[in-house]
Amino acid sequence: MKFEGTSSYIATEDLKVAVNAAITLERPIIVKGEPGTGKTMLAHEVAKSLDAEIITWHIKSTTKAQQGLYEYDAVTRLRDSQLGDEKVKDIKNYISKGKLWNAFESDKRPVLLIDEIDKADIEFPNDLLLELDKMEFFVYETGETIKAQNRPIVIITSNNEKELPDAFLRRCFFHYIKFPDPNTMEEIVEVHYPDIKKDLIQEAFKIFYDIREVPGIKKKPSTSELIDWLKLLMTDDVDAKILREKDPKKLIPPLHGALLKNEQDVHLFERLAFISRRENENVE
Amino acid sequence: MFINFFFDLKQASLPVSLKEYLMLMEAMNKRVVDSFNVNDFYYLSRSALVKDERYLDKFDRVFGHSFKGLENPEGETAKEIPEEWLKLMGQKYLTDEEKKMIESLGGWDKLMETLKQRLEEQKKRHQGGSKWIGTGGTSPFGAYGYNPEGIRIGQKEGKSKKAVKVWDKREFSNLDGDVELGTRNIKIALRRLRKFAREGAETELDLDNTIKSTAHKGYIDVKMMPERRNKIKVLLFFDVGGSMDAHVKICEELFSAARTEFKHMEYFYYHNCLYDAVWKDNNRRYNDNIKTWDVLHTYPSDYKIIFVGDAEMSPYEITYPGGSVEFWNEESGETWLTRMLNVYENAIWLNPIPERYWDRIASTSIIKQIFSDRMFPLTIEGIDQAMRELNK
Repeated sequence: MKFEGTSSYIATEDLKVAVNAAITLERPIIVKGEPGTGKTMLAHEVAKSLDAEIITWHIKSTTKAQQGLYEYDAVTRLRDSQLGDEKVKDIKNYISKGKLWNAFESDKRPVLLIDEIDKADIEFPNDLLLELDKMEFFVYETGETIKAQNRPIVIITSNNEKELPDAFLRRCFFHYIKFPDPNTMEEIVEVHYPDIKKDLIQEAFKIFYDIREVPGIKKKPSTSELIDWLKLLMTDDVDAKILREKDPKKLIPPLHGALLKNEQDVHLFERLAFISRRENENVE
Repeated sequence: MFINFFFDLKQASLPVSLKEYLMLMEAMNKRVVDSFNVNDFYYLSRSALVKDERYLDKFDRVFGHSFKGLENPEGETAKEIPEEWLKLMGQKYLTDEEKKMIESLGGWDKLMETLKQRLEEQKKRHQGGSKWIGTGGTSPFGAYGYNPEGIRIGQKEGKSKKAVKVWDKREFSNLDGDVELGTRNIKIALRRLRKFAREGAETELDLDNTIKSTAHKGYIDVKMMPERRNKIKVLLFFDVGGSMDAHVKICEELFSAARTEFKHMEYFYYHNCLYDAVWKDNNRRYNDNIKTWDVLHTYPSDYKIIFVGDAEMSPYEITYPGGSVEFWNEESGETWLTRMLNVYENAIWLNPIPERYWDRIASTSIIKQIFSDRMFPLTIEGIDQAMRELNK
C-alpha cells in the first residue's frame, strides 16, 4: 500500500513520505496547514488512490469522544420499556455504532478521516488516545471488546484553533501543508483545468501571489480560492490582456470577490495597487 | 549518527521524546523511504519528530547542522545524480531484451546524454511556464518501455535537484514561536487561559441527570444545567506613549486577539508606570481618567491582570513619590503596583523588549522584582508561558 498522489490531487514529495510512513506504521497522521490547502481533500484522495472506503467523522465543538465509539440510547429504551416493547430485553438494540466502530468493523482497510479535531473540547484527543493506539475499545453495556479487524488509516486534520495534547501528538505523524510554490500551483491548476490558456494562468498567478504578499492583508487568498477565481475568469472568458491592464481606473483585478473576502482588504489592496502603479508610471 | 541527531534536537529544546525516535527507527526499519536518500529521510524524520509547525524552522536548522556534509555539494547540476539512480533503476527494471535495445541505440552513455539535454530543456521550458517533461509523451525513453518509470525518475530528479538542501531554505521560518507574532498566533497562545465552567442561568438539558432522576423517581423529571462558558476574566493594562511607540503594532495585535478571546475583558491605559489614575481613551486622558482605587474596588480579585509595557524609565519613576514625568504623584509607582498585586493574585507583565536586555535596564529589574519574576517577553513563547503562569 503506497500513496503516490492521484490524477486530481498533487501531493508534494514530503507529503507522500509522511502519508506513506503513517500507512506503513499504522499510526494516525495529523495534517495542518493554512485553510484551503487541501487538508480534507487529502483523506479522500488517499482513499481513492488506495481504493479504500472512506469514513468521515466531522468534529464539532459539541462532539464527544464517546460518540465516535458508540452511543447508548437510554431514553428510547426507557420509553420502550413503558410501552412493553419486546426490543427492550436486548440492550444491543439501543446501542448505535459510531464512526470508529464502523471503521474497525470494515473488512478492507478503510481510511478514517477525523476532520477538524481542534474544534472539539480540549480533552477530546486524550479521550481517544487508547482507542487510536490499540485500535480497540470496550463496550460497557454489553461487555464486549471491539477490536479493529484491519487497522484503519487515520487522517486527522486540524486548523490550529486549539493545541493538541503532547501525549496525543507523540503517537502520530505530523505534516504541515505549506502554501504551494508557483510551480506546484501550476500543477494543481492544470489538474483542475487542463485546457486553461497559458497566458491567462501566468497573469492570474502574478496577481494572486502579489495579493498574498500585500503587507497587512487580513485574509490571504488560498489555493481553493485561486481555483475558484480561475474558474470564474474562464467562464467569463476574461482575456489575459485585461489582467495586464495598467489603466489606473481599473486597479482591482476582475472578479476579485473570489480572492479578497474582506472589505478592508479590498481597500488596502486598492491603495497599494494605486501607489505601485503610479511609481511604475513615473519610472516609465 | 541518528542518536546524535536526536540529542542535538533535544539540546535545541525541541520537544522530542523517545517514543517518537523509536517511531522514526521503526519507519526506517520498515523501509518507508530509501535509506540512502537524505531528502526522504529529512521528510520522514520531520514528520515523525516535529508535531507543531512552530518548531519546523528550528528542526530545519538542527537538521542542517547535524547532517552537514551529507547533502550534495552546492551548485551541483543534474548531471551526476540521475545517472547513478537511473543505472540502478535500469538494472532493476529493464529486461535483458530492453538492455540490448539500449545498446543498439548507442549504449547507456548516449542515452544519458540525451536525458541530460532533455532535463536541461525541461528546466528552461518549465520556467517558461509550460508542461513537465514526459507528460507530453515526447520523451525518447518511452520507446524503450521505460516511460512509466522514466517520468517518475525525471520528476524525482527535478525535485531533488531543487531540494538539494530543502531544510536550508528554512521555509518555515515565520512559523517559529520565538519570531513572529500574528493575531492568530496570539489568539492560540491566549487560549491557554481558557477555562470552561458552567455558570449562570440553567438553559441546557442535562440528559444524564434527567435519565438518572427519571429512573429514580419513576416519572419524567427534566433536569437543566447552565451553558458552558469561558469564565476567565481579564484586566489588561497597556503602556502608551513615549518609548512604547516602537511597539504599537505588536500591542495592537495583542489587544485585538485578546478582545475576541475573552468575554470578560477590560482594558486600561497608563504611562510608564501605574499611578493613581488610568484611562480608557487616549484623547481624553487628562479629563476622563479613572481612579486606580476605583479599578481595585470595581473588579473582584478573581480577575487576572496583564500589564503590557516596556518597563523602561528612570528608576525614580517607580520608587519615589513625585517621580512621574507627567504630574506630581503623591504615592510612588511601586506602592500602586504592590497594591494591585495584593488584590489580584494572578498578575503578569508582558514586555515587548527582548529578554536579554532586561538585566541592563534598572527600571525593568525593579518591576520584575515587584512582580516576583512574573515578567515575560511579548513573543508567542512568552505569552504561552505567561498564560500558564496565570492559570496556576
